[in-house]
Amino acid sequence: MPMDKAKIIKLDHRSKYLRRRIIQTLDATRRGHVGAALSLIEILRVLYDDILRYDPKNSRWPQRDRCILSKGHGCLALYVVLQDKGFFSEKELWKFCEPDGILGGHPEVKVPGVEASTGSLGHGLPIGIGLALNAKYEGAHHRVFVILGDGECNEGSVWEAALCAGKHKLSNLTVLIDYNQYQSYGPTSEVLNLEPFAAKWKAFGFTVREVNGHDVDELRAALRALPLELDKPTAIICHTLKGKGMKSTEGNLKWHHKSGIKDEEIRQLFEEVEVY
Amino acid sequence: MRKTCLDVVHELARKDKRVFYIGSDLGIGTLQKFKEEIPERFFMEGISEANMIGMAAGLAMEGKIPYVNTIATFLTRRCFEQVVVDLGLHNLSVRLLGNGGGLVYAPLGPTHEAIEDIAIMRAIPHMTVIVPADADEMRRAMLQSLDHQGPIYIRIAKGGDPIVSRQDIPFKIGKALKMHEGSDALVITTGVTLANGLEAASQLEQEGLKVCVLHAPTVKPLDQESILRLAAEVGVIVTIEEHSIVGGLGSAVAETLSEANFPTVKRFKRIGIPDVFADKYGSQASLMRGFGITTENLVATIKDLSRPGSSPGKLIEQVLVKDVPSPSGGRVREGGVTWEA
Repeated sequence: MPMDKAKIIKLDHRSKYLRRRIIQTLDATRRGHVGAALSLIEILRVLYDDILRYDPKNSRWPQRDRCILSKGHGCLALYVVLQDKGFFSEKELWKFCEPDGILGGHPEVKVPGVEASTGSLGHGLPIGIGLALNAKYEGAHHRVFVILGDGECNEGSVWEAALCAGKHKLSNLTVLIDYNQYQSYGPTSEVLNLEPFAAKWKAFGFTVREVNGHDVDELRAALRALPLELDKPTAIICHTLKGKGMKSTEGNLKWHHKSGIKDEEIRQLFEEVEVY
Repeated sequence: MRKTCLDVVHELARKDKRVFYIGSDLGIGTLQKFKEEIPERFFMEGISEANMIGMAAGLAMEGKIPYVNTIATFLTRRCFEQVVVDLGLHNLSVRLLGNGGGLVYAPLGPTHEAIEDIAIMRAIPHMTVIVPADADEMRRAMLQSLDHQGPIYIRIAKGGDPIVSRQDIPFKIGKALKMHEGSDALVITTGVTLANGLEAASQLEQEGLKVCVLHAPTVKPLDQESILRLAAEVGVIVTIEEHSIVGGLGSAVAETLSEANFPTVKRFKRIGIPDVFADKYGSQASLMRGFGITTENLVATIKDLSRPGSSPGKLIEQVLVKDVPSPSGGRVREGGVTWEA
C-alpha cells in the first residue's frame, strides 16, 4: 500500500525544520489546516529547493516557473517554504490570519511568490492551462506546476481542465497531486472514490508517474526528468500521509482544520516532530 | 449585434496581439476567418465553462486580453464562482460576451433565458457590466473594451435590433447618455429598452408630457452623477429593462435614488421581469409583452405616476407581496401597497 510506504519514510533535518516552522506559525495563531499542510511539505520543499526557477527579490520575474498551490488550504506549508526562500520576512509568519498580516487561511496573490489566489477548490488547473498556453504561444521556456489535493479532484472543473490540457498537449504543464487519501469528512475511498486514479489521468491524455510524496530523492528524480513525454502534460501522483511527521496529527482528521490549539498541543507537536 | 461584436473581436485581434478568442461549443463557422487568419489565438474549448474562465484568467495574468464567448446563462450561472474568484478577485482584463441576454432564447425556455445576468455580474467587485442597445453601440463599446482595466461582462441582444443609439452622443464606459430632453419625467433604459424609452418619450410629447430619456449602457459602474442630476429635476422616474426587477438596472437606480434623500417626493417604478421564471415559450417580443416590458406599459406607467392625484396620500391597504400560482401554471406576484386615490 502506498500509504504505508509514505508512513515509514523517516524525515531528515530539513523536513523536520519546515514542520517546526509550521508549528511555530500555529503557535502564533492557534489555527489552520494542519494535516493538509503536513502532507505537502516534501513536494514543496523539492520544488523550491531543486526544481523551480524563481527570484525571491523579484517575485514577478517573467522567466520564473509558475507554481500554483491549487489546494490553497495547504498554505501553511507554502508560507513556510516561501519565507524560508526569502519572499517575505519572518514576522509575516507570526501574523498568519491576523488583520495586519498578508498571510491568510488561503493564499492570495498579494503574497510575494503566490501565483494565484486559491482556496475554493478546482480553480488552479484551469488557470495553469492559461499560463501554459501563453508560455507555448510566446515560445517561453518557463514551466507551469499545479498542486492539487486528492479531495479537490472531486471537482468537475479539474476534469474539464484535464481534458483541455491533454487536447493542447501541454508538456510544459505538470500536475502534482497530494494523494494523502483523506478529505475533510473521511477517506477519499469512501467519500468519493478516485480509483483507478492513475488510469484516469492517463485516459485524459497525461503521462503519469507515481511517487512516494515524502521521499525527497524520488520526488527530485521524477521532477528532474520533466517533461516525461514531449507531447503530453505530466501528472505526478504523490502518495502521502495526511498529517505526516507527528504522531498525533498523522491520519487524524481532527487536525484537517483545527482552531483553538492549546499550549499543551503545541508543546506535544514540537516533541513529536523531534522524535519522528 | 452578435455579428458586430465578433467582427470587432477579430478587428481588435488583427491590430493587437494581446487579443485572444475563447469560445465554448458555438455554431459551426463562428469566426471562421479569425480562425484561419490567427489560429494561434483562436480557441474553441467545448462545453466546459469553468475551465474556459480559468484558462482565460491564466492568459490574462500574463497580460493577454481574452474575449470569452458563449450563451449568457452558461457564462454567468454555470461558472459564476470562476467568474468571481478567477476574474473578479484577481481583477483580470477578461471580456465575457454573453449571447442571448434577457429573453432572446424564449423558444428554448428558462434554462436559456438570462434574466438575472446583470444582477449577479453587478454584485462582483471589479466587474464592469455593459448592455448595448444595438449593433452600433455594441461596436463603440467593444472598441473601448480593449484598454479597459478589469473584467467586463458584455450582454449581447438578439440581433437585428433597430438602431436607436447615436454616433453624435459619445459612448464612454461608465457614462449614461442623455438621449432625449425632458423635465416632467425621467426614463432610464439599458440595452434594447432604449428603443422603448425613445418611443414613449415621443408619444408622450404629443400629449404634452416632456420625458427625459437617460440611457445607461453601462449598468456597472452606474453613472450615479447623471442619474441624480436629472432625477433632481423631475417627480417621476421609471426604469425599464429586459431583466429581472431584482438586482438589475432598476435596483441599481433605486439604490442610488434612495440614498440621495431628495427633499421632494419622487414617484418611482421599475419595469422588468417580475421575480419569476418565464412560464411560456413564444418569442422574445411575446415574453416582453407578457411581462409588460413594452412602450405601451412604459407610457401608461409614466402617465399614471404623473397624475396630479397620484402622489402618495393615505395608506389604504398593505398586503404582503407573495408569489402565487398563475392560471397558466406558472407563478405571478400578488400584493403590495394601495394608496388613497
